[in-house]
Amino acid sequence: MTKSEPLITCQNLTLGYEGKIVISDLSFIVNKGDYLCITGNNGSGKSTLMKAILGLKPPMSGRIILDGGLAAGEIGYLPQQTMIQKDFPATVREVVRSGLLNRLGLRPFYNAAEKAMAEDNMKKLGIDGLAGRCYRELSGGQQQRTLLARALCATRKILLLDEPVAGLDPQATADLYTLIETLNHEGITIIMISHDVDISSGYATNMLRIDENK
Amino acid sequence: MFFKCTGYKMSEIFNKLYLYFQFPFVYYAMIAGILIALCSSLLGVTLVLKRFSFIGDGLSHVAFGAIAIAAVMNLTNQLILVLPVTIICAILLLSSGQNSKIKGDAALAMISVGSLAIGYLILNLFSKSSNLAGDVCAALFGSTSILTLTITDVWICGILSVLVVVIFLLFYHKIFAVTFDEDFMTATGVKAKTYNLIMATIFAVVIVLAMNLVGALLISALVIFPALSAMRVFKSFRAVTICAVIISVICATLGILISILAGTPVGSTIVAVDIVCFLIFSAAGKLKG
Ligand SMILES: Nc1ncnc2c1ncn2[C@@H]1O[C@H](COP(=O)(O)OP(=O)(O)O)[C@@H](O)[C@H]1O
Ligand SMILES: [Mg+2]
Repeated sequence: MTKSEPLITCQNLTLGYEGKIVISDLSFIVNKGDYLCITGNNGSGKSTLMKAILGLKPPMSGRIILDGGLAAGEIGYLPQQTMIQKDFPATVREVVRSGLLNRLGLRPFYNAAEKAMAEDNMKKLGIDGLAGRCYRELSGGQQQRTLLARALCATRKILLLDEPVAGLDPQATADLYTLIETLNHEGITIIMISHDVDISSGYATNMLRIDENK
Repeated sequence: MFFKCTGYKMSEIFNKLYLYFQFPFVYYAMIAGILIALCSSLLGVTLVLKRFSFIGDGLSHVAFGAIAIAAVMNLTNQLILVLPVTIICAILLLSSGQNSKIKGDAALAMISVGSLAIGYLILNLFSKSSNLAGDVCAALFGSTSILTLTITDVWICGILSVLVVVIFLLFYHKIFAVTFDEDFMTATGVKAKTYNLIMATIFAVVIVLAMNLVGALLISALVIFPALSAMRVFKSFRAVTICAVIISVICATLGILISILAGTPVGSTIVAVDIVCFLIFSAAGKLKG
């Protein structure tokens, strides 16, 4: 391991909804190149913590310090499967390209280099053959790869994955874990929420367990 | 016999249409109708998918209230009042309805029913029109108002439509992304809120335009049916958007022609054609599997 560079520092973090505290006084550091696995029971606040790191949910108290080189635009995110509309008409290519949006700024359209980058990421995740297919008609594993490719379009630094293997069959699960490990070896920092502690602890460099009423 | 009979009828229809199109107000209506149909279908997909369709009703009621006030104030150009009021309400509703679903719904219901009631009350108290019921009916259902457009109205309609289309094209990728997954976009540093505001503004302009064509109560139908039809058959966002626009323009054209020939109210005729189209596309979608 090289000298550790902190990428994300959480200090005495307290999170909750409308006065109801979900996580209290949590402190940890994520270093560059880490593979952090967050576990905990349903409803213990794992997704909430992830949303706080992403800046989607302001903390009730405490601080989240992002490394200077890590602007908001450089965090890739794979949301827990719920929010995305199940009847949304979109092709895999359209979804993957939407990850490039933070590069657009005021420009209205993607340029050739950006489009090539989307194609590269699809190839890397083995979904280039599905580019023209409808997202909602894919299998769970293919959908997750699509969202992962989108996240890779948004960043090459850090990926936050919220239960990426939920609902996948064992083969797709193993494939996805291998894929995430490869990305980590390429230098991308990974923060992953996971249910099965046993499998994920094999890959992760750090574990964080969140308990209720802590 | 049969062919001769229908042939005669067809030429009669064309003669009648030809005759009608000698009047400027008829082709003004046609031009305005096509432009409005085009604009209103653009955001349909987004509104359906973001579950914003209910906001269309609310906003159209607000526009109705604003029109009532503008009428009582004797404004020569009602848009000066109606457009800003509707845009402000659109922004308020879309930004309040985001996080707290229930609060948003209640706010919407209050604003929407409130403006309807106040608008009707104001018209009753202050209007000097001899045909109040007719005016109100026209504002709610569009009835014949589209056939009374002046050349200025058509110009305003044209300019606003071009603006809506240009803004939509410039923000196409952003609208897609924010519709598909707002959280992801915010997390990766995209100003999703800004794009929501832009969408709200476009939508308000569309509503105000569409009031002329179909009236306050039928606007949602004009916005949503073409998108729903297209979504039955097509599977990419781009194909659905393009198809919705084509459906909307064709249905509006047919609807206006039928209403001229049969003397039916323009707005409800267009919506009826949209519904027929939706049924056809649903069947086609089922066949396609
Ligand atoms: N938007 C919300 N409003 C209010 N409470 C919420 C909201 N989202 C989650 N919660 C509550 O916060 C707690 C933690 O939720 P979450 O972070 O989703 O847990 P996990 O991802 O670990 O299963 C739960 O008790 C849940 O009910
Ligand atoms: Mg969760």
